[in-house]
Amino acid sequence: MNESSAMDLTLWQLLFAYVFIVILWVIVRVKRIPREKIIIISTLRMTVQLILVGYLLMVVFEQPHPIITLIIVLFMLGFAIYNVYKRASVTISLSIKKTIGLAMFLGIVISLIYFLFVVLQLDPWYDPQFFIPIGGMIIGNAMTGITLGVNQLLIGIKEQREKVEGALMLGATPKDASDSIINQAFDSAMLPTINSMVGMGIVFLPGMMTGQIIAGASPVSAVKYQIAIMLGVAGTVSITVVIFLHLAYKTFFNHRAQLKPFNE
Amino acid sequence: MFHIENVKVNGIIEIDHLSIEANKVTCIIGKSGSGKSTFLRLLNHLISPNEGNIYFKGKNLSEMDPVQLRRYITMVPQTPVIFDGTVRDNLQIGQKLSGQRVSTDEELDRCLHQLDLHKTLAAQAGELSGGEKQRLALARAMLLDAEVFLLDEPSSALDHTTASKVIHAFVDFIKATNKTLIMITHDLALAQELADTMIDMNRFSKSVVAGGVSK
Ligand SMILES: Nc1ncnc2c1ncn2[C@@H]1O[C@H](COP(=O)(O)OP(=O)(O)O)[C@@H](O)[C@H]1O
Ligand SMILES: [Mg+2]
Repeated sequence: MNESSAMDLTLWQLLFAYVFIVILWVIVRVKRIPREKIIIISTLRMTVQLILVGYLLMVVFEQPHPIITLIIVLFMLGFAIYNVYKRASVTISLSIKKTIGLAMFLGIVISLIYFLFVVLQLDPWYDPQFFIPIGGMIIGNAMTGITLGVNQLLIGIKEQREKVEGALMLGATPKDASDSIINQAFDSAMLPTINSMVGMGIVFLPGMMTGQIIAGASPVSAVKYQIAIMLGVAGTVSITVVIFLHLAYKTFFNHRAQLKPFNE
Repeated sequence: MFHIENVKVNGIIEIDHLSIEANKVTCIIGKSGSGKSTFLRLLNHLISPNEGNIYFKGKNLSEMDPVQLRRYITMVPQTPVIFDGTVRDNLQIGQKLSGQRVSTDEELDRCLHQLDLHKTLAAQAGELSGGEKQRLALARAMLLDAEVFLLDEPSSALDHTTASKVIHAFVDFIKATNKTLIMITHDLALAQELADTMIDMNRFSKSVVAGGVSK
């Protein structure tokens, strides 16, 4: 890394940035919006969490170790799965939870292995300076897409029960009867990723690229990483969502190809 | 064709013995909430009884392949299900879902006219009126290679004249092709005229309280 071009913020400079939060805090106070406490708490949480992560990563980077790197990535994956459960708009059954966990684990592990070994070709393969942030980005973006897919599938099956049963009455297999719902869910999972690819570089500069450029990397090299990441995210979301959807629709039916009652 | 033995659906219906003959028109009557729709859903294997067995041509329904079974025994629900797309799409989707050959436009048109539905095949199905949707759903069923047709109040959204015309046309189709029709209706006069057999669901009902209102 080119140390001289990476501008390190002094403590004072960082403190000046907190003025933005002070302004926000004053505004909500004056307007009597009951959000003063949550603003303080979230600012503190962000600060403490990031400082801890910074020190943790520093230690991990100094002594690269495959097991520790894997544990960190698996922890992020577990947290992402938990987040999908939490952000589901409808209550989800245990079998759907298992399906989400399995699909995310498989989809993300498959994509990460391909991305790290074939695209990035890290040496050593577990180089935490790449493995952890890139793993985090792929997991984080995939999580957003999968959440949308899960929500759309569950809303679809809830709102279109009569259509699904109507198709069964016409002699459809459960798969065919759920096909349009599955496709809608896939579509809504992929849409944000596709939209952000379209707007990339024009509407916004992605965080990673910005970070690399600030840290002194050449814009062209930052762009190459960003392209690779975008493709990796698109691939991960599609693999994960496809695995999820093709396991999940089955949980709505019993072995007699009957649509299960609502509460399971 | 159907033999129902000691069937119970918890709190809704209880049937000791009941047989339904092949190649006949059977009308089901009964109070609202007496379990008529539930009974048709049992025959279509969309639900299973809590107790007892249903036999179709001597075979236990629960031991048959449910998807194949529904290609023999098709059902038109009380509220017609309309899929996205045109009238043509809606007619053909049944044939596609049940793995059948798709009819030509000419055949589709003939089928619509039989049921007194004069709409172009390219019309958007979602824009049809309730009564038109009901006839579209009936036409879709007529295009299937099924042997048994289960109709749940097929004329509920039609005026009396159209209802009579449509139901007569459907019964003519059943007789001409030697199929079996099991139909729920509130039109007692029509039932008496067309039915070979009538089933009064009130006899088997566990859900109607005394004095329940007949629709
Ligand atoms: N899925 C279900 N779960 C619980 N109760 C139901 C269900 N479907 C119908 N019922 C109840 O069963 C009874 C019979 O309903 P239904 O078969 O629709 O009657 P009908 O078609 O004769 O009007 C009603 O009391 C209804 O509330
Ligand atoms: Mg009913």
